[in-house]
Amino acid sequence: MRPVSGVALLLGLMALPAALGQRSSESHKNSNESFAIVSFKWDHVKEPYIIALWILVASLAKIVFHLSHKVTRVVPESALLIVLGLFLGGIVWAADHLASFSLTPTVFFFYLLPPIVLDAGYFMPNRLFFGNLGSILLYAVIGTVWNAATTGLSLYGVYLTGIMGELHSGLLDFLLFGSLIAAVDPVAVLAVFEEVHVNEVLFIIVFGESLLNDAVTVVLYNVFDSFVAIGETNVTGIECLKGIVSFFVVSLGGTLVGIIFAFLLSLVSRFTKHVRIIEPGFVFIISYLSYLTAEMLSLSAILAITFCGICCQKYVKANISEQSSTTVRYTMKMLASGAETIIFMFLGISAVDPEIWTWNTAFILLTLVFISVYRVIGVVIQTWILNRYRTVQLEIIDQVVMSYGGLRGAVAFALVALLDGNKVKDRKLFVSTTIIVVFFTVIFQGLTIKPLVQWLKVKKTEHREPKLNEKLHGRAFDHILSAIEDISGQIGHHYLRDKWSNFDRKYLRKILMRRSAQKSRDQILNVFHELNLKDAISYVAEGERRGSLAFIRSPSTDNMVNVDFSTPLPSAVESSVSYLLREKAGPVCLDMQALEQRRKSIRDTEDTLAHHTLQQYLYKPRQEHKHLYSRHEIMHSEDDKQDKEIFHRTMRKRLESFKSTKLGINHSKKLNKIHKRDRGQKRRNSSVIPNGNIPPENPVQDFALKEKDLEFSESEENNDYETLHLGKGVDFLANVTKQNFTDAPAGIDNPVFSADDDQSIYMKFSPWLSSEDTVVPSQRARVQIPYSPDNFKRLTPIRLSNKSTDSFLLADGPEDRPRSFLPESTHM
Amino acid sequence: MALSMLAQESGSVTSEQIEHLHRRFKQLSQDQLTIRKENFDSIPDLEFNPIRGKIVHAFFDKRNLRQESDGLAEEINFEDFLTIMSYFRPIEMNMDEEQLDRFRKEKLKFLFHMYDSDHDGKITLQEYRNVVEELLSGNPHLEKESARSIADGAMMEAASICVGQMGPDQVYEGITFEDFLKMWQGIDIETKMHVRFLNVDTIAHCY
Repeated sequence: MRPVSGVALLLGLMALPAALGQRSSESHKNSNESFAIVSFKWDHVKEPYIIALWILVASLAKIVFHLSHKVTRVVPESALLIVLGLFLGGIVWAADHLASFSLTPTVFFFYLLPPIVLDAGYFMPNRLFFGNLGSILLYAVIGTVWNAATTGLSLYGVYLTGIMGELHSGLLDFLLFGSLIAAVDPVAVLAVFEEVHVNEVLFIIVFGESLLNDAVTVVLYNVFDSFVAIGETNVTGIECLKGIVSFFVVSLGGTLVGIIFAFLLSLVSRFTKHVRIIEPGFVFIISYLSYLTAEMLSLSAILAITFCGICCQKYVKANISEQSSTTVRYTMKMLASGAETIIFMFLGISAVDPEIWTWNTAFILLTLVFISVYRVIGVVIQTWILNRYRTVQLEIIDQVVMSYGGLRGAVAFALVALLDGNKVKDRKLFVSTTIIVVFFTVIFQGLTIKPLVQWLKVKKTEHREPKLNEKLHGRAFDHILSAIEDISGQIGHHYLRDKWSNFDRKYLRKILMRRSAQKSRDQILNVFHELNLKDAISYVAEGERRGSLAFIRSPSTDNMVNVDFSTPLPSAVESSVSYLLREKAGPVCLDMQALEQRRKSIRDTEDTLAHHTLQQYLYKPRQEHKHLYSRHEIMHSEDDKQDKEIFHRTMRKRLESFKSTKLGINHSKKLNKIHKRDRGQKRRNSSVIPNGNIPPENPVQDFALKEKDLEFSESEENNDYETLHLGKGVDFLANVTKQNFTDAPAGIDNPVFSADDDQSIYMKFSPWLSSEDTVVPSQRARVQIPYSPDNFKRLTPIRLSNKSTDSFLLADGPEDRPRSFLPESTHM
Repeated sequence: MALSMLAQESGSVTSEQIEHLHRRFKQLSQDQLTIRKENFDSIPDLEFNPIRGKIVHAFFDKRNLRQESDGLAEEINFEDFLTIMSYFRPIEMNMDEEQLDRFRKEKLKFLFHMYDSDHDGKITLQEYRNVVEELLSGNPHLEKESARSIADGAMMEAASICVGQMGPDQVYEGITFEDFLKMWQGIDIETKMHVRFLNVDTIAHCY
């Protein structure tokens, strides 16, 4: 049912331009006579209007495809889009016998291809790419030349036997055709392989090949094109030599242009701090310029923009803000996927034009046979050579997938459309053959590659949660291996990587990265933050499941670790916000998450006791800001100010409380400084992580340290240790209530947050309010719990055993915590 | 020294490679029969390696030298040098499951010894912290504290992987080799931890 209605909708849309066209001519006649209040100016908007409509149709089609999972799981989207294009083209042609739309090379090369390639470069897994660069280059260069030469020569050989009938082409024309049909197409490969999920090494090899073979294709195409122009007899050895030289110029030049622009882009992004709104724009504009510049210099534009993306990604991602980074990511994906959609649809539409078709069964069939066979032979031979040098061998299964994944696509079509009909006599035949080849590879091979991969049991990518240990060991590995290479005195892969990363750290980063970014940009640290965040979310989720976050700040946290967190009630969890958060726990969503979280908690407790505390200390929750319109800024400043002030207050309090315990006197100043430096980086996390209350859960403290802690916390032992033990093992909810009864008067609060006792109930929720004389920062928590609940395995305090310095970091918690957690705690 | 005999011992390292390594060894030891720790200081590229201490240490660690005794050797001869190097040979195509497993364990053992600096068969928190601190010392902006907390986090992770839910009084003392193996499950170290000892004499290029 659904597809049918979708088609109907599309039909309606298709009819629209035609109808509009008719009406516009009528309205023209009328408008001559007098001034019309409303005039209908179709011609005025015709072109952009049609373009917009096509894009809309393509996008709607995508929605329709994905209504049925059964279809998209079996048939790749690219194939569906081609069929749709054929269908739509058929309708248009039936309507007015005019094939007015086709994929023109200009549109393709200038507007549709760059976003796709940029997307590929910018999100390229660099390590994997450079790790396999040797193999990729071999396949891209030798493989493509091999394919072009063998296909062209074989076709010419068969042509000489006469079974193709009479053609007007010579050897050079065949080689020209061979060169444009030889290249594996990045768009098609990406579209199909993204749905197949083969293992990453296999993917990067096929995909990298399809990207890098552009230089070869462009050179071969240009060389043969010019050879055809000057005629067979005039081709001399010097011309051939020129062709070979031009290959190096085109490929290396294109790469160089890309690297130069990447450098520029990184440099620019370093200084965009005050123009956050247009920050993402630079990424697109400068990379696009690299493409155009390479094109202008007749270098390989695809290589230029690919390498621009590859080289800049590290620095740009570090420099631009979190929001900009999200924007870049989404915009890039949107453009790329939009362009891809349009390309495939227009490939379909372009085929509906009787003008371009000539049929020559022998030529078309043989082309199909030759490109498949020679691809297989090429892959096998090259893999055999490569496997002598590779440690991770490419097995036979991999070779099958690689051969089968040699999809041809829009690049070939655009190139063949560029041919000059006067010079190349059989242009029509070449065009039709290319269309057939593209359709065959995309539809047939695209359709069958998935079952093939499953049937062959190709190793697939497995998504593992990143582990801190893994990252650490990985880092250690890199150093060990490069050291071994140093010691044994060889220049190997690790040696080069090591030297490069030294160079990068010493010079490049200093030039290209913001100072703040230089510091926080350590992969291990990032993973650490990410994992912390995840744990924090599950922690909050736990609270949500229980209907309250009270447990987080109540001392009973200490006792409830026995509760089994690993089996949350699914129904309860699914509806909660944090479930959603966990689903996409990436750092990018952070801001949104925080907002969501705040809004929810505030709404829930609008009228609770804590209300005035909110008023006083949090000013307004962000949601209630009147957003003043500004084109240049998304309002942040006020929030920042609030954050800062609350933070300062909190800090002051913490430090004071510190002093009064006579522990951190010497440290406090230094701490303050350190913290300021550190803060930017940590704040990112702190908005969600209740950093402060996790210390109780570290199982790995040294005994020695613990003992010290014990001594030191003796002072408060008398406070209420009994209470703490009361709840052990008791059901949590009961526990909380109990604690609340016992807590309130005794003033035991989560020691980390409010170090005061005997304060009014409000004080409990605002640690920074505590009067200065009653401060005993409790270290009890750290002593109390030597084990951790399983779920929060990595949610560590920052510096857990260094008691003299701990509190400033813990203070991070209170800074943000009240916004999200405070209100909740009041209902208990 | 019978190079061919050594070649047999150290598995896939070919005699050609051994010759190369031997030349390198002599260069490092300045034509002595043994290498001492100080000799490693003469390698300029090693200078920037944040964990160079640990790596050089591993060369003198008797546990790695397949000797029965424990402790630290003062100096090593070429045979020992080769033994250490052979930890980094790549896998061979014709290895069966069992060999592969042993091969893998050998490599992991080497790593483990590197972390376990006090030779007690456990990577304690303190040891782990030291390693992480050294690892991250290349980044001047990262403070020691964050390195520590990362180590702490990693340790917790290790504990949760290896022990699972811990009892109330249980304290995770350190990562034993068994735990270490558990942590490495699913990561094919054998394809990563290797150096291709080139046949070509590249020493000339280096210096």
